[in-house]
Amino acid sequence: MKLLYFAWVRERVGHPEEEATPPAGVETVADLVDWLRARGPEYAYAFAPGAAIRAAVDKRHAKPEASIAGAREVAFFPPMTGG
Amino acid sequence: MAVRLQREPFDAGAEAARLTQGREEVGAVVTFTGLCRRGADSGAPLTALTLECYPEMAEQELARIEAEARARWPLADALVIHRHGRIRPGEPIVFVATLSAHRAAAFEAAQFLMDYLKTSAPFWKQEETEEGTSWVAAKAVDDDAARRWDEG
Repeated sequence: MKLLYFAWVRERVGHPEEEATPPAGVETVADLVDWLRARGPEYAYAFAPGAAIRAAVDKRHAKPEASIAGAREVAFFPPMTGG
Repeated sequence: MAVRLQREPFDAGAEAARLTQGREEVGAVVTFTGLCRRGADSGAPLTALTLECYPEMAEQELARIEAEARARWPLADALVIHRHGRIRPGEPIVFVATLSAHRAAAFEAAQFLMDYLKTSAPFWKQEETEEGTSWVAAKAVDDDAARRWDEG
């Protein structure tokens, strides 16, 4: 699947997007965050516990318990500040 | 009914005039234009604002919010324009127009569109001042403004 990062999540991770193949057992947005957090210090920093991070699965807002089964694109970003 | 995502500035007056031209069934048009303020959230003078966005999702979310507004109020037309990229103080950022036979629907729908857009459309503001850049933090008051539409 494609992972996208925006705003300070992008800055902390160090790149705007990447391809990733999470292992079996990574079934929800929250699982994916846990898996990413263990990938390296930049991910641990971006996804530090308590950081206000939102997610979208295939361009729709998704809660931590949302399934990522079959997802083509998962995005992580801070709470929105447009308008 | 349309949503537009663009880097270029827009002319709010020209957009409103174009929307209302020849629409004799329309008795009310409400427009809102959000501008880039000179003062950063820290109080320091702002050099520029950079709006980052997730373009495909932003278009989809704006269209979804607009469809929701049309389902709730009898609108003859609506337009949402949101800019991204680097914006200087005094320039427009966002435009919402709602047209209806009567003013109540137009006023309410315009406010609804802005309240929802602020909390669900994927845009992020970064302020640029002489001290450097910083990401704008989301405000609880904006969440509260969007939430009140869920209660009615």
